[in-house]
Amino acid sequence: MPPRISRGAAPAAEGRLPPQRVALVDLLDRLLAGGVVVSGDIVLSIADIDLVRISLRLLIMSVRENETAGWEPTTERETRYEPVWK
Amino acid sequence: MTEVGTYVYAITREAGGSPPADLTGVGGAPVRTVEHAGLVAYVSTVPLEEFGEEPLRRSLEDLDWIGATARAHHHVVESVAETVPTAPVRLVTVYSSEEQVSDLLARRHDDFVAVLSRVVGRREWGVKAYAARETAPPPAEEEPTGGDGPGTAYLKRRQASLHSREDAWRHTAAQAERVHTTLADVAVASLRQRPQDPELSGRTESMVLNGAYLVDDDRVGEFTAALDALREREIDLELTGPWAPYSFTALDLDTAGPEAPDAP
Repeated sequence: MPPRISRGAAPAAEGRLPPQRVALVDLLDRLLAGGVVVSGDIVLSIADIDLVRISLRLLIMSVRENETAGWEPTTERETRYEPVWK
Repeated sequence: MTEVGTYVYAITREAGGSPPADLTGVGGAPVRTVEHAGLVAYVSTVPLEEFGEEPLRRSLEDLDWIGATARAHHHVVESVAETVPTAPVRLVTVYSSEEQVSDLLARRHDDFVAVLSRVVGRREWGVKAYAARETAPPPAEEEPTGGDGPGTAYLKRRQASLHSREDAWRHTAAQAERVHTTLADVAVASLRQRPQDPELSGRTESMVLNGAYLVDDDRVGEFTAALDALREREIDLELTGPWAPYSFTALDLDTAGPEAPDAP
């Protein structure tokens, strides 16, 4: 896929946004934790898969030994991050 | 005949439109739309020999496969989100037929409309903050083993250095908090994701903030100005975006939620 100059051209023009493709890790942050989740009558959804053995997931979501003071270290494998709406 | 599934990328409200003629998704398959009651799902066909549960378990161990799939998914979502308010669907969501997708649009019509109305004229921005110098979280303090003289002096020095590292870390964490609060103030919605693993972020510095912010398009200038005003020597801020509103459309449908099935 060729690099695409995305929306947000104004900040990009001011040199804020790197022109290269989106980093995979930033993408996975959103694609694995965000978006509409559906299951039930579905063939398959990533939510249906037991992700314990998935190395990548563990890498991304692993609870790091040194959690920052003041952040709630979580022991759940899957944390829900709830947006705060004004 | 190969069994196939219907892979869903995104939901929008703009019925009657059509995807860009050459838009392709996962596996290079052409993207088409399924419409129902004013809602549109962008979908493509995927072979179940690749997207069935067992093959997927194997594929999900393969970073290259995940990368290619994620980029294809993102490409479709971005192409759609460029023109209309869009609710992205989570990576790898596969139905057995188009009828099931229509049925989903019918049954969850109001939920989709509500979610989509919240993201009109807004985009998601990501801000990551790194401790500019190597400020690792301090290790647990060791028990002093007692003793006098040089040993005690050494322990005192060691404790002092631990305390200063702890202070530095606390200071950085407080700064991250301030960055998040300030940006959240300009945004209509915000959330903090878990900081990325250094192995994936490609940075040795500790990530102290991995935030997502849903910002009105007409306040983006204000948002980036606020970000620039927060730039300091001790903390390195990185802006990504604009993104389709992935982090603000995480709606759960017909499901107990995304927690692992065997979660306590």
